[in-house]
Amino acid sequence: MIPSQRVFAIPYVAWAAAALLAAGPAAITPARAAGEVNVYSSRHYKADRELFKRFTAKTGIRVNVVQGRANALFERLKREGRNSPADLLITVDAGNLARAQAAKLFQPVRSAFIDAAVPAAYREPAGHWVGLTLRARVIMYHKDRVKPDQLSTYEALADPRWKGRILIRSSNNIYNQSLVASLIAANGASKTLAWAKALVANLARKPKGGDRDQIRAVGTGEGDIAIANTYYLGRLAASKKARDKALVKKIGVFFPNQGGRGAHVNISGAGVTRFARNKAEAVKLLEFLVEKESQILFSKANYEYPVRPDVPISKIIASWGEFRADKINVSELGTRNAEAVRLMDRAGWR
Amino acid sequence: MTTNATHPGDVPGAGARAKRFWRIDGWSLLTVAIASLIAVPVVVVLAHVLVPTGEIWAHLAATLLPTYIANSLWLMVGVGSGTLVIGVGTAWLVTMCRFPGRRIFEWALLLPMAVPAYVIAYTYTGLLEFSGPVQETLRSVTGWGWGDYWFPEIRSLPGAIAMLTLVFYPYVYLLSRAAFLEQSICVLEVSRTLGCTPFQAFRSVALPLARPAVATGVALALMETLNDFGTVEYFAVDTFTTGIFRTWYGLGEPAAAAQLAAALMVFILVLVLMERLSRGGGRIHHTSQRYRSLPGYPLAGMRRFFAVAACAVPVLLGFALPGGTLLAWAIETANEMVDAQFFSLAVNSFVLATVASLLAVAIAVLIAYGLRLRPSPVRSAAARIASMGYAVPGAVIAVGVLIPFAWLDGVINDWTRAAFGMEPGLILSGTIVAVTFAYVVRFLAVSFNAVEASFAKITPHMDDAARCLGKRPGQILTKVHLPIMGGSLLTAGLLVFVDVMKELPATLILRPFNFDTLAIRTYQLASDERLTDASSAALAIVAVGIIPVILLSVAIARSRPGSRTVSGGSEGPER
Repeated sequence: MIPSQRVFAIPYVAWAAAALLAAGPAAITPARAAGEVNVYSSRHYKADRELFKRFTAKTGIRVNVVQGRANALFERLKREGRNSPADLLITVDAGNLARAQAAKLFQPVRSAFIDAAVPAAYREPAGHWVGLTLRARVIMYHKDRVKPDQLSTYEALADPRWKGRILIRSSNNIYNQSLVASLIAANGASKTLAWAKALVANLARKPKGGDRDQIRAVGTGEGDIAIANTYYLGRLAASKKARDKALVKKIGVFFPNQGGRGAHVNISGAGVTRFARNKAEAVKLLEFLVEKESQILFSKANYEYPVRPDVPISKIIASWGEFRADKINVSELGTRNAEAVRLMDRAGWR
Repeated sequence: MTTNATHPGDVPGAGARAKRFWRIDGWSLLTVAIASLIAVPVVVVLAHVLVPTGEIWAHLAATLLPTYIANSLWLMVGVGSGTLVIGVGTAWLVTMCRFPGRRIFEWALLLPMAVPAYVIAYTYTGLLEFSGPVQETLRSVTGWGWGDYWFPEIRSLPGAIAMLTLVFYPYVYLLSRAAFLEQSICVLEVSRTLGCTPFQAFRSVALPLARPAVATGVALALMETLNDFGTVEYFAVDTFTTGIFRTWYGLGEPAAAAQLAAALMVFILVLVLMERLSRGGGRIHHTSQRYRSLPGYPLAGMRRFFAVAACAVPVLLGFALPGGTLLAWAIETANEMVDAQFFSLAVNSFVLATVASLLAVAIAVLIAYGLRLRPSPVRSAAARIASMGYAVPGAVIAVGVLIPFAWLDGVINDWTRAAFGMEPGLILSGTIVAVTFAYVVRFLAVSFNAVEASFAKITPHMDDAARCLGKRPGQILTKVHLPIMGGSLLTAGLLVFVDVMKELPATLILRPFNFDTLAIRTYQLASDERLTDASSAALAIVAVGIIPVILLSVAIARSRPGSRTVSGGSEGPER
C-alpha cells in the first residue's frame, strides 16, 4: 500500500502545480492597478486590439479588456455597481448606448478635444458617451437581378413584388431592433407593424446567420436583396478568398430613403463608467480613439465610417458613394428598443 | 445502475445506526454545507418565480412561447430516439457480435463525445450550406443554380437533431455497453434454450435488463440537448435556452427569463420522475454470479457488412468528417490564427478546467464518502441536491452565480472600506472564482457519479478491517480508499476537465478581464462567420477531449465482472 499511496498522488500534485504556475497572479487577483484602464467592450474587431496596443505604446497605460455581448456586459456592470473594475464601456449601436445611459452606467465627462473632434450629433450632449464610428444599414442588391431604380425606401420593401426575394437576419440582432425603432419613430407603431408583417411575408428564407450570410445568399441567388451593415461588405471586399471577391463584384449598395429622412445610420461608441477608478486614463483612451490616426484605422481596417468628418475614408467605403443619413436623435433608438422587439415578435420576425 | 443498487452501508458502527439516524455530526454538516453552497445558484434562479413580471408573460404566450415549447419538444423526441437507436444498437453489436473492426469500434464509437455540439454544427454548416463546397461542387458539375434542385437545409430543426444526435449518442452507447457487459451470460443462455433467437434474446432479455442504464444515458443526452445554446442559436431553432437569453437580454426582463429557466428545470425534473415511475416497483438484480466470455455471435455476409456499416457511420459522421474538416481548415489558417494569443487561450482553458475538475473531484469524494460512512436521509438528500446542477443550463447557472457573488463583493468592499479604508475589488465575481464555482455547480454530478460508482466497488470489508486496525474514518479514506480509487479519480477529473473545456454559455457571462478561452474564441469567430479561422481553437478542444474518451474505453473494456479481477484502475461507466 505504501508505495502506491505516494504514486497515486503524483499526477494530481503535478497537475495542480502546473495549473497554479500557469494561472499566475492575473487570474486570481482582481484587476486593479495604477497605469491601467479596464475596458468592457462588445466590439470584437482586430482593429480595436491594434488600437489598444498603440495606445499602450504611446502612453504606457495598459488596457485590460473583457469582451462580451452588450447586454451581458450591462448586466454585469449593474450587478457590480460601485465595485465594478470597469472604467470604459465600449459598445455598438446607439440603442445600446442609450440603454446603458438609462441604466446609469455612464458618468458625464468633458473633453475639449473630443468636443472639437466629434460632431455634436454623434455624442451625448452631457458627455455620457461619444460615438467612435458610423455604420449605415443599407440595401444590398444583386446587380443582375435588381436595378437600382426599382429600389427607393425601407418602407417600399413591403411591396408584394419582393415576395420571396428579401434577406435579413434575426430580430434578436440589435441592428434590426434599431432599424425598426427608427421606423416606429418615423411612421408610428401600427404602420410599422403592418410593414414588418409584410416584410416577413417577403422574406426569401427564415432569418438565420449574420449580415454576411445574407449578403452571401444574395450572391448565390437565394434571394435578390439583403439588408445589411456596410462594413460587412467591406470585409468581404478585402477578403483574400477568390470566392468572396467574386461575390462582392455581384453586389450593389443602395442607400434608401434619400428623398426623405435618409438612410438608417447607427454608431458604435463608448463612455466612461459611473464608478470608474481610472477616470483620467479612461478619458485619455477615449480621446485617443477619436484621434485622426485611430479614426483612419477604424475606416481602413474595419470599413466603418469615421465619426469625424475631417478624416479621409478608405477606398472601399468611398466606392459606395456619398449618402444622406437619417438625422433622428440616436438616443430615441434606445428608448424605443423594447417596443421594437415586441413589435417584431408580433410580426413573426424571428 | 444495477451495480449501485447495493449500498456499501454496512460499515462498522452501523448497529447503532437507528439511534443516531438523525444526529447532526461533522460529516453531515460538511456535506449539507457543501450541498447548500452548490444549490445557491439554482435557488436564486427559482426565487425569481416569486417576482411579478406583469404582462410580459402574456406577450410571450401570444408570440414566442409556443415556438420554444414545440422546438424543445421536437428536439427531445428527435435526439432521444436517435441516440437510443444508435447508442443501444451499436453497443449490442460491439458487445455481443463478432465482425471485422469490432475491437476498433469499441472505443472509436466514443470519439464523437470529444466534439462539442456547437463545433460539429459550425463544421457541417461550412460544408453543407448553399455556398459551401459540397453544394458548390454539385452546382459546378450539374450546372444547376438556386432553386433548380433540392438539398437538405442543414440550419434547421432536423439539422439540429442530426448534429446533437451525432455528438450525444455516445452517452447512451457508453451506459448500454457497460450494462450489457455486466449481464450474466446465464440469463442469455437460458433464453436461448427456451427457443429465443439472438435478436429475441436481445429484445426480451438483455434490453429490459439494461433499461435503467439505457434510460440514464438517454436522460443525459436529453439534458445536454436542453442545455445546448451554441447549436440551436446558430441553426435559428428557438428553444427554451435561446428564449432565456432573448428574454433576459433582448426584452430586458431578467425576472421573466428566470421564470422561463425555472419552467425548464421543472420540466427536466418531471422527465426524470416519469422514467423512475414507469419502471414501476420492478427492481433489477443480477442473481447469477457466473460470468464468462460473452457469446460473440459471428456475423457473415450481408449481416457482417451491415454491422460494420452501422458502427462506421456514426464514427465517420460524428468524428472523422468534422475532425478532418477542422484539421484541413486549421492547416489552412494556422499561420494566422496560432499565435501567442492562441497559447494564452489554451493556458486559460487548461487552468480553468484543472481547477474546476480538482475541486469537483474533491467535493465528490467528500460527499460520497459521507454517504458511505452512514447513508442518512440528510446526506443522500445533500448528494442529490449537489448533483442537481447538471440538469440546469449553463446560462442559467451563470446568472444564479453572478447575482449572489456580486452582492457579496459589495458587502465585502463596503466593510473593508469602513474598517480599513481600502477595497480589495471584486474578489469573487471579478476573478476566476465565479466561473470556477459555476463549473463545479454544473459538473459536480459528473464527478460524483464516477466517484460513487468507484466507492461501490470497494468492499465494505476493507473498511471493517481498517477500523479493526484502529484507523479513523478520515485515515481510512486517505490510506485505503483513495489509493485504490486512483485511476477512477483521474477519470472523474478528466470527464469534468473536458466538459469545462467545451463549456460555453456560463464562461461567456462570467469570465474575468483578459481571460478568453478556446471555447470563447471558437464561438466568437464562428458567430462572426469566420468558420475556418475558428478551426484551430475548435480542434484543440477536440484533441483534449479525446484523452478521457480513450481512458474511458480502456476502463470499460476491463470492467466486465469476472473477466479480470479489478480492485482499482477502473471506474464506474456511469457519468
